[in-house]
Formats: sequence, C-alpha cells, structure tokens
Amino acid sequence: MPHPIDPAFTAYPLRRLADAALERARELGAAHADFRLERIRDAHLRLRDGRTEMSLDATDVGFAVRVVHEGAWGFAAGVDLTVDAAVRVAEEAVAVARVSRAVAAASGSDDRVELAPEPVHEDAVWVSAYDVNPFEVPEADRIGLLAQWSRDLLAADGVDHVDASLMAVQENKFYADTAGTTTTQQRVRLHPQLTAVAVNGGAFESMRTLAPPVGRGWEYLTGTGWDWKAELAEIPSLLAERVAAPSVEAGTYDLVIDPGNLWLTIHESIGHATELDRALGYEAAYAGTSFATFDKLGSLKYGSEIMHVTGDRTAEHGLATIGYDDEGVATQSWDLVKDGVLVGYQTDRNMARMQGFERSNGCAFADSPSHVPVQRMANVSLRPAAEDRSTADLIGGVERGLYIVGDKSWSIDMQRYNFQFTGQRAYRIENGRLAGQVKDFAYQATTTDFWGSMEALGGPSTYRFGGAFNCGKAQPGQVAAVGHGCPSAMFRGVRVLNTVQEAGR
Amino acid sequence: MTEAKTVTRPGEIVERALGLSRADGCVVIVRESTTANLRWAGNALTTNGLTRGRQVTVIATVDGTEGTAAGVVSRSGVTVDGLEDLVRAAERAARDAGPAEDANPLVGGTRFGAGFDDAPAHTSIEVFRAFAPALGEAFARARSGGRKLYGFAQHEMTSTYVGNSAGLRARHDQPTGTFELNAKSADMSRSAWAGVATRDFTDVDVAAAEAELEQRVGWAARQVDLPAGRYETLLPPSAVADLMIYLAWSAGARDAHEGRTVFGKPGGGTRVGEKLSTLPLTLLGDPAYPGLACAPFSTAVASGDASSVFDNGLPLEATSWIADGVLSALPANRFAANLTGLPVAPEVDNLVLKNTGADRSLADMVASTKRGLLLTCLWYIREVDPQTLLLTGLTRDGVYLVEDGEVVGAVNNYRFNESPVDLLGRVTEAGRTERTMPREWGDYFSRAAMPPLRVPDFNMSSVSQAS
Repeated sequence: MPHPIDPAFTAYPLRRLADAALERARELGAAHADFRLERIRDAHLRLRDGRTEMSLDATDVGFAVRVVHEGAWGFAAGVDLTVDAAVRVAEEAVAVARVSRAVAAASGSDDRVELAPEPVHEDAVWVSAYDVNPFEVPEADRIGLLAQWSRDLLAADGVDHVDASLMAVQENKFYADTAGTTTTQQRVRLHPQLTAVAVNGGAFESMRTLAPPVGRGWEYLTGTGWDWKAELAEIPSLLAERVAAPSVEAGTYDLVIDPGNLWLTIHESIGHATELDRALGYEAAYAGTSFATFDKLGSLKYGSEIMHVTGDRTAEHGLATIGYDDEGVATQSWDLVKDGVLVGYQTDRNMARMQGFERSNGCAFADSPSHVPVQRMANVSLRPAAEDRSTADLIGGVERGLYIVGDKSWSIDMQRYNFQFTGQRAYRIENGRLAGQVKDFAYQATTTDFWGSMEALGGPSTYRFGGAFNCGKAQPGQVAAVGHGCPSAMFRGVRVLNTVQEAGR
Repeated sequence: MTEAKTVTRPGEIVERALGLSRADGCVVIVRESTTANLRWAGNALTTNGLTRGRQVTVIATVDGTEGTAAGVVSRSGVTVDGLEDLVRAAERAARDAGPAEDANPLVGGTRFGAGFDDAPAHTSIEVFRAFAPALGEAFARARSGGRKLYGFAQHEMTSTYVGNSAGLRARHDQPTGTFELNAKSADMSRSAWAGVATRDFTDVDVAAAEAELEQRVGWAARQVDLPAGRYETLLPPSAVADLMIYLAWSAGARDAHEGRTVFGKPGGGTRVGEKLSTLPLTLLGDPAYPGLACAPFSTAVASGDASSVFDNGLPLEATSWIADGVLSALPANRFAANLTGLPVAPEVDNLVLKNTGADRSLADMVASTKRGLLLTCLWYIREVDPQTLLLTGLTRDGVYLVEDGEVVGAVNNYRFNESPVDLLGRVTEAGRTERTMPREWGDYFSRAAMPPLRVPDFNMSSVSQAS
C-alpha cells in the first residue's frame, strides 16, 4: 500500500509559487517554462568502532524555474518560498536565456531548443514502494542497530576496526509546466554498509558487506530484502581468509562475476555509454563522450548474442525508479542492447526531439532544487538467462579462473572503452571448483571485448538488484542514485593484474 | 504552511539560533552562496544557470555522565519561524547520539568577526559581462577553423558565518571561479584541454586559452601509437595537483596511527619524520597564500578523521605536510592530535607543492627532454590499494611525444597505475610552481599551485582507445 505524500511537503505553497513563476515566464515570452519545488532530506550516520563519529541530518528545500526563451535555455533557482521570489527567479531564468541567445548570436549559431512532445499529466501523484520511512525511526534506534552490529564484528578474532555507515534519503518533488502537467512525488532510499578491518604488522586488509543500496525503507535493515545476520556472521572468517590469501598471479583468466561486482561494470561500460547526451557530445568536456555514437544505433556489436540490457525507470525498489521525470515525462522501460546489438539510448525531451524520437524515455533528473535537470541514468540492467543456471553451474564451466564478488575500485576512460575494476573478494577457480581467496587483483578490459567474451549467464535465481547513491555527472556536478540488476555471468580470457606489481613492488 | 520570508542577514540567524539554544553548547553555521554558470558544447551554450542557496547548520552539544554528545541538523531555506524547530531537532539528535569521541571544549572568543553583522557577498550573471562575448567570439573562430569547443565556467560566492555559545563569531567570504575549455577537431578524434581557476574572471583570457588549444590540436595532426609500459613522463601542474590532492585527502592522522593508510608505520605510529623524496619538495596549506586565499578558520558540519564539529572556529595557519622532502605533519583535529601525539593540524582549503629554488617552466623541461611523454591531465582517478595508495586513472585530452626537446606528435591515451607517495620518491625534477586547475578534483578543490614534475618511469598500465 503506497504511503501518502508527506503532508509537511504538500503544506508548502506549491501551486501558488508555480502559478506565479510560470505566469511571469509566459509574460516574458517563454515558449516553455517549468517549475520544480523540492525537499530532499538526507541523513548520514557514520560509526567508528561502534561509536558515533558523524550524524548529520540535512534538509534541502528550494525551487527552480527553467525556460525556453527565444530558442535558448535559461535556468534559475532560489530558496525563499514566496510569490515575489518565484517571480524574480522566473525573471532571472529568462535573463540567463537572453545571455545564451546573445552568445549564440555572436558565434553565428542558429540552433534552437525544442522539446519532444509528452502527454499532459494533470495532478499526478507517485510514491515509491517502502514499508517504514527511515526518518520515522528514532535516531537512537538507527545508531543502536549499527552500534550493535559493529560490536558483534569487533568481538570476532582478527577484526581490529569496524566502520559502519548509513545514508537515508527522502526525496519530495513537485513539478508544474506551462503545458499543464503537475506531478507530486515521494521516494525513499537507504544505503547501509559495514567494513571490518584487520591490521597486522604494517599490513592491513578490509572486508565490506555486499548488501546493496535500495529503494526500500527501514524494513531493509530488519530482514526484508537482505539477510544481514548471515552476512555479518561470515565477515570475520572471510577477512581472515583474505589476510592469509596468496597474491594473485597476473595473467589471463576466465572470470565468473557475481552481481555484487558486475553491477558496477554494467554501470560504467553500458549505463554511461548509452546516455544520449554523451553520445552527442554534451558531456564531452567533463564526464566524456561515448564510443556508442548515434550513427551506430542498430548496428554496433556491443557484446555476445546472449547480452540483453534494458533501461527501466519503473522497477520496484530501483534507485532510479520514479513515476515522472523532471520534465514531466511518464517513466518507461525499454531495450538498450538486444542480442548483443546497441538498440537504444537514455534520453531527455530536448535530445529525443533532436534525434527524431517520438518521445523522451524519461531520463531527465536534477539532484537538487538548485540544479538544472540533465539526462541521467535509468535502472540499467542485464537480463538473466531464461533457464535457471546457478552461479555454481557457471563456476563448473571454468578450468582456470577467478570468481569475483563485491565491488571496490573502479575507473573507465572518457569514451567508455578501457576499464579497471577490483572487488571485495576473488576466489581461484580450478577445474570447476573454488580453491580459496587471492588478493591484490584487478581486472582490466575494453568494453566491447569484455562483453563479447561473455559466454554464459546465470538464471533468475542469481539475479540481484543493486546500484549506487552517488553517480556523478554534469557541470555543475550532480549526483544521482542509479539501480542495476544482473545475474552472475561468465567471461572468457580477461586480463587480470597483480596490483602489488602495478605499484612497482 | 504560510509563506514566510527568510531572514536576510545570516549573522542575525546565528544570534537568534544561539539565543534559542537550551543545550550545554551550541554552534551555528550559516552558508549563503550564489552561483552563476555557463556551459557549452559544440560551439553553443547549453545549460546555464543562476542559483542562490542558504544552509543553516545547528550543532547542539549535551554533557552527560559518560561524556559530551553532539547532534547536527542542517536545513536550507530556513525561515525565522523554522529556527526553533531546527535548534530543537539538533538537541534531540545530540541526546540520541551518545558521547562523541572527539568532544572538546568549543572554541571560544570573538575572532574573525569582521562583517559578521553585514549582508553576505553575492555573485551574479554580471560576472560574465566581458567573458560571455569573448566566449561567443571564440565559438565563431572555432567554427571557422573546423574545431568544436566544449566547456564550463562557474563563479560562486560563499559567505560563511560561524558562531557558538562560547563566544566565537567568525565570517569569511570565499569567491571560487573555474573555467574549462576543451577543443576538439571536427571528427572528434583530436582533443585538447585548458583549465583556469580564478577569483573573479577578470584574469581569464578566453582568446589566449583558445589559441593554446588550437596549437595543441595542431600538434595532434601527427599521431604516434605507443604501447603500454613505463615511460619518462612530464606531468603538468594540473596532473600533479590531482595526485597531491588525493595524497592529502588520504593523510588523516588517526587512520595513519591505526595502521590503516599508507602513512602508518609498520609496528605502530605514523611515518611522520620519514623522508619521502630526495628532492627538497614542500607540500603545504596556507590560508594566506597569495592568489589562493581561503578561510582562516575551521568549519565542519560533520566530524571525520581530520575534522571535528567541536573544532569550528579553530584558527588555521600555514602548515607544511611535507617539508624539504620529509613527511612533517598529518591532518589532525584536536581529538586525533591527542590520540596520536601529533600536533593539531586542521585541513586548509588550498594546497601548494614547491621545489625550493626551482625556476624551470614546463616548456623548459620539455626542451631538455631527450625522449618522453608530455601529459595534459589525468581523469577518473580512483584508489586501487590503500596500503600503497596505488591509484588508477587515465590520461586525457592530449598525450604528446617529446623527442630531442620538441613535441613531435600526439600519442594514444593510457590507463595508469601509480602511487603519489611512491612517485614522490622517484621524481627526478620539479619545476617552478604555478597556480593550476586540477582537472579531476577541481569541482571540490580548485585552489592549488603545483610545479611540473619529471618522472623517469611512470606506469602506463594499458592503452586507452579513447580520444
């Protein structure tokens, strides 16, 4: 049963400010104007060895007006929730558009902003799926649970330190535009993490929980969607095994990659590469472009034929899930890679129109009331095999390889070719069986080579939905929560580095 | 909820919130900021904006039998009517939090209080009055020259007001400006980048930056493919800044003391006092450094390895993290300093690397290079192994081959794996320090001055096809 929109949010003068701003933008000649009032509550809790190091509860409230005026974008934002301020911010947005138009004129450009059409959604309301709002749980209880888990870990042999953290977000958005769409939305997300550290004679190793961030409520910490008890119980022995593990031998290995690691490879090498703004060059100076350029739509061989990747803004509990995006577009799901071929992009309304799409697929998002919506990532997910093949089945098909679990370090180039990832743990695979952990490993590959080497997928029982709270993009910099689901998968012949050797030791 | 205007003078917000406090101690931080930005792609402006924001943070401290607790609540757009609710929320959070390890007496006395009762400083789109037309002209030149320009210019003014129940009153106005220009050939196969950090945009020369990039895109007319390997490499100040910033961020005293970072000494304690470089390199933070001036007092809305909410208002002074090649200090709040036996050394919002007596420019260093690589900048830097502080990342927007003192062409991009700590021990030359814009971390940390470095064996781990 969905929760009602928080009455403290609906008590803001949402429509009054929107009406004033949109009316003023119209008077000044804007062809399109939209108004967004947001409240984002963001709680960060961090414990060190069971004691609270940081507890910060931050709430950001403000509003923004975006206009298309004489074919140019203009944007302004403010925090005073008054009609006068709303009118002034609308005027500032138009003034910014005029600066843009003047610069365009000086450069001889006649490019004009146009938006793909979208049906009007009047008075639409959407609330994400959760049981218990984490902000309704007393802070003492939140701290108490993490402190207890920390103490339990610290009591185990070989654990010298424990870091625990919890991020909780409640995001409320009200949107209105000159076409008549108005949406009011609310979503909740959580990211708990615990890391155990062993320090031994000048060396140290760590082991972190694999529980992913989720679009769920406090119930996630009490047994719904993750077995915390089981995971925390095995952390000390996993850490001890890691401390005693041999250093990996650098070379070429077959890899079986667990969803807790593969989600991040998907994020970097598929999620960002299929963003239309990057493919068109709009992130070129900062986040970068994409090898998956628009001229390759429908023809680029992205990976092996078993590769099927979807973009989805509607999946239950997804971190990028929402009912309507920040341009009033009803969210959807669609294919990005089908049978190993690039077949789709993530779009906003302007770029959809520019490239001849009938409609945006709802990927405009701003991370705060003071930021302009940019094209951001949907939940981008690798679909599992139809038959229910287990991770053990995949491991059984490998003679010499590594099984990699959990994410750690990540990096990819600005066109999304060359990447390097590490993980929480890696196990040697010998003749189809696990043969203990190794350490100091990283895998390095080029996107299409890597996905082209994907030989087998796990089935639905191996599928897991993870993601991140902190995907960075755009200037000024914005962060977005993004979800990624995937099964376990097996890759042939991937380069594995020894990171101690990479450090020249 | 009815409409309510926010209070216009942040100093008044601080006083009102302190007056509402019922806790044993209270700190109030108000940050008022305005930003103006222009963004462009393919020789045309895209998303541009003007924003203003205000964040009010209340830190309540509550004494108990087991120690003092702190609760931190932060809100934007706070009205006068909302202040009491904010203060009470912080007090509830303090009661819920339990004793804070980093508890210390609040920093007392009225210091840095000039202008505390005055209105905050602002910026506006007017900061681009001369810059914007120059940008339009650069677009026109690039278009006629078959190049595309991409980039971003932002000016931010943040006024910070801090007051506490022990009598502290502090105010600081911080202007921060950045300009990044990226030029590409029409087919996007050649790319060059320049970045500038500025306080007010009066010193930004768009035409000069565009001309430099035209030259660099021209250098790339000859492409040379080179494999992965260890190369003599000239790192420009921007790349050095990105590596040194990460080093500084990883240098917290407490983590080092616990043996959890590269700065921990095997067997216990820290590596303070250990020689890291044979060159007389000094890495320092100095709030009064010319051109890089920053807040002269600590401000923290959260406690961490090097910061503490109890240390708000602590004076900042010039601090050498490395002096003449020797690790000389690690960032430490008062609690960490007490724990580790190291001096209190709060973080400073600028970073300077100097090679005492060096006066050679990057161009001079190119001229004396027999064969090596000249980078433009580094990108997507992430930590691979905290034990060695091994970082990975990529070159971007121009790697050039230098032969017999001349740039002879552009080389493919690379992924590197390198530790900045290890690298300091292998550097054979460091040139003249100059103000620079860190490409990777400039969003968070733009006040840096660095020299170019010569590294005899920089580890290019693999080739990146990206252009």
